[in-house]
Amino acid sequence: MARRKINWYKYTSPASFYPLAGKMIPFFAVITALLLAVGLYIGFFVAPTDFQQGEAYRIIYIHVPAAWMAMFLYALMAIYAGLGLAFNARLWSMMATAIAPTGALFAFISLWTGSLWGRPMWGTWWVWDARLTSTLILFFLYLGFLSLQGVIEDARRADRAGALLALVGAVNVPIIYFSVQWWNTLHQGATLRLGRNASIAPQMLTALLIMIAACWMYSITVTLMRVRSIILERERRAPWVAELLGGTK
Amino acid sequence: MSWSQFFNMGGYAFYVWGSFGLALLLMSAEVLLLLRRRKRVLRQQAKKTPKINVWTEHETTT
Repeated sequence: MARRKINWYKYTSPASFYPLAGKMIPFFAVITALLLAVGLYIGFFVAPTDFQQGEAYRIIYIHVPAAWMAMFLYALMAIYAGLGLAFNARLWSMMATAIAPTGALFAFISLWTGSLWGRPMWGTWWVWDARLTSTLILFFLYLGFLSLQGVIEDARRADRAGALLALVGAVNVPIIYFSVQWWNTLHQGATLRLGRNASIAPQMLTALLIMIAACWMYSITVTLMRVRSIILERERRAPWVAELLGGTK
Repeated sequence: MSWSQFFNMGGYAFYVWGSFGLALLLMSAEVLLLLRRRKRVLRQQAKKTPKINVWTEHETTT
């Protein structure tokens, strides 16, 4: 007798998700802007200078969030792709496709900022160390996923092929995460670890957490923007699209 | 702390601003490309009806 039961399955159809995503985008965009402003302000003007690394340590406020997002987004992409494959759900596969470019972007930013941080601190732009190498592999997995889907004409076949690649590549995520513990690497240990006190000053931690939240909100915003375009491109022959846009009425 | 000291970043200006600069540049570029993609998709959809307002998704009367 649950009269007010919400039909969650409704939101697994592109036609229902498209307007919902449209309503969510401005909300997440505003939160992203606010968090970025506050995070950068605390990171640059409130947090103290590091006694060992001087001002160079401030790269952490973009490097760590970018590296985390690259890992999180890959896991999320693999989950969406896997669900899309298992339940034959178009929307979830589209979500995986929409996440990939942003994941690749963050993987690249983490490599780039890591290199610019490594140069003054370690004296080298790059080493073939476990953490760095596994992150580079993550970047290539994103590129592989994108180019694989790019060359397959049929959308559903592209979804299935991409899902297989994403799921196989997912073994790399725990390897990245634990690489600094499993191998003796040049890369420093984790700054933030579940179940432990952070090894940095409170204002530094605040700035870092806000920047991580900002990157999450940014990822949600751009993923929703992208998935809306993907939905329109792929469902362009569906009656609801024509009706919504008044194109072929 | 003066602004010039701030921009100098204790001698690490190249590394710090090189990191944040590129990150912000790429993120803004991503947003711009997504807005362009949306416009393009809507334009292709609307070939039969020439005028579509990109923001409200309704036909414009002007």
